[in-house]
This record gives sequence, C-alpha cells and structure tokens, in this order.
Amino acid sequence: MENANFLVVEDSPTMRQLISFSLKRFKNAKIIEAVDGVDALKKLSGPDKIDLILTDINMPVMDGLKLVSLVRQNAQLKAIPIIIITTEGAEEDRERGLALGANAYISKPIQSSHLIKTISELLAV
Amino acid sequence: MTEETRAEKFLELFNKGKEFTEELLRENQRLRYRIATLETEHTPGSSDEVARLRAEIQQLTDENRRIGQRFREVEEENKDFANRYIEVEEQNNNLANLYVASYQLHSTLDFREVITIVQEIVINLIGAESFAILLLDEKTNELKTIACEGEDVMPGIQTISARLGEGILGEVAKTGESYYINQDVEGGGKVTIEKPLAAVPLKIKEHVIGLISIYRLLQQKDSFSAVDYELFSLLAAHAATAIFSSKLYSQSERKLNTIQSFLDLLTTTS
Repeated sequence: MENANFLVVEDSPTMRQLISFSLKRFKNAKIIEAVDGVDALKKLSGPDKIDLILTDINMPVMDGLKLVSLVRQNAQLKAIPIIIITTEGAEEDRERGLALGANAYISKPIQSSHLIKTISELLAV
Repeated sequence: MTEETRAEKFLELFNKGKEFTEELLRENQRLRYRIATLETEHTPGSSDEVARLRAEIQQLTDENRRIGQRFREVEEENKDFANRYIEVEEQNNNLANLYVASYQLHSTLDFREVITIVQEIVINLIGAESFAILLLDEKTNELKTIACEGEDVMPGIQTISARLGEGILGEVAKTGESYYINQDVEGGGKVTIEKPLAAVPLKIKEHVIGLISIYRLLQQKDSFSAVDYELFSLLAAHAATAIFSSKLYSQSERKLNTIQSFLDLLTTTS
C-alpha cells in the first residue's frame, strides 16, 4: 500500500511516535496525529482523505469508542477502516470495540510486525 | 436320395471343409509372419541404441535426484531466511521501542513531563498495569513514591516508603542491581508492596537516584520478554539522567527567579 494517509489518535506522545514509526514502513505514508477523539474528528474533516484510523480507547475529552461510534454513523467516514490499539486486553473490551464497528483490535504492548500485517490486510480489501 | 448320392454329397462337403481349413492355416501362417515382421520392426534396432537410451535414463534419474536435493536445500534455506526475517523484524521492533523511549525521555526538561513519559513507557512499551516510581531522598536515605499507576490493584503503592538497604526495594537502591521474579508464580499471593515483580534502579553511572517497582502486568501479558529487559536497562540509565537533569533545571530556574527578584529589589531600592 503506497501513499496511504493514516490518522493516529493517541493521547500519549510516546505511543504516537511509536505507531508513527511503524507506519513509516508503508511507502510515502502520511501520518496525521490527533490527541483525542474530538481532535480526530477535526482532522477527519480536514483536506486529507484518511485511509485508515488507529485509535486508543482511554483518552481525555473523547475516548476511542465514542470516536469509532461517531465515525460509523457518518456517511462520509463510515467506510474508513479502524484499528483500536489499547491497554484494555479483556475479551469483553475487544468484543465491545468490534461491535461498535472497529475492524481490528490490538492490545498493547504492540508488536510492529503484527500492526503492519493487520493494516496490510485491511487496506488490501 | 440313394445312399450313393448321399455319400457323394458328404464327400463334397468334406472337401470344401478341408479346403477352408487349409485356407485358414495359410492365413494364420501369413499373419504370424506379419506379426513377427512388425515385432522386429518395433524392437530397438541395435544394442547401441539400447545402451544410449539406458544412459539417457540414468542421466535423467541422476538429474532428477540432483534437482530433488537442491529443492530440499533451497527449502531449508527458505526456512532459514524466514526465521531470520522474523528475528530481524523482532529486533527492528525492539530497536524502535528503544529509540522512541530514549527520544521521548530526552525530549523535555520539565520534571513532571519526564515522569509522565517514564509512566507511558512502563505502561505502553513494557505493559505494566501497576507500578510505582520512587525517588531517593539523599538527606533521609529514604525511597518515596513520586508517581504510580494501578493503585486499585495494588493499594498502598502511592505511599511507599523504604529505607536504603532495607528490604528488596532498599537493597535494589543500595546495590544498583535490578530485581526480577518475572511473574507472580502463586497467582496474586506472592507480590506485595515490598516484594514486586521487578524493581529497576534508576542510576547515573553507579549513583542510584531512585527505582521503578512493577507489581502487575497487563492482563494480556504473561511475563517479561527479552526486549523488556533491554527497556529496563535503558530506563535505568536514560530515565535517571532525564529525571536528574529536569530536577536540576527546575532548581536552577527557581534559583534564577530568586536572583532575578533580588536584583529587581536592589535596583528599585537604589
């Protein structure tokens, strides 16, 4: 996948940098960062067409689950694949995230290879 | 019909049968000859030809065996490459983690921000659910919690106090040697405030300024992995220098403000 635009929604700068670092494996990838759900919605209405969203769950202002839910309700945005990346590893959290419309759920600490594989699969469809 | 006439008819019939039989025998002989001729025509003409074909078969069999052997070798090489690729991927992942952790730790001189970054690293990169960051008070020789996470699963971590050299935490701070039991082998009963899963000293060269004490890993993480030990080593050195320099910076800023106020006072009074 080349020239993809990724939106990384994460309140932790360390995690944002780590995820962005992994995404650089995709040729000419553009990485747009957001610190919470509200910031993410602003970036989604911006000029860049987002190909995939990677979001944390626990964030201030608006959490990741709310963001997933709002994106899925929006006619223009609902087709964008979403990956949840979170410390919440319980099965019920996973099921909740996927039920709201996330395409994949990855628990922290993340393995770069796993993240790349998941993204490649989602963008290949 | 008289008997004589009947005998003649029989003889005539017999003669016809004889002729037919003779004709069949001739045809049979002719066909046998034909078969023999055809068989001769389709048999390899010479023993040289047979030898040549046998050699060719042998050559092809050897070639086939060589190709089979090479195929198995290439298959082994492929497996080896695949394994090495996984190792390189893992190493790449580990290096990325270490790079990001180190980059973030030195990205600020604000003490609270440095502490937050250390917490982020411990949560997101190591995968700890409950842990405390303790700093050593050099005047009282006591370790005290300055930040923690997961108080709900390990009550009391927000107020840890340990004397240098006493207990596991005190000993780690005194010797500068990390302590690990890796996982809670007795299912929750063994880890206590005084006996964590891991205690990593924060040190600048041999000078310990505090430690990180880990009590519980995230649900999805069973035990520490190889990269965690690398991260612990990195944290031991880089977090210590980052914390120490940010403390010095905030102290110097405070002093600068005091001096500035003093100078302002002198200027206004004179």
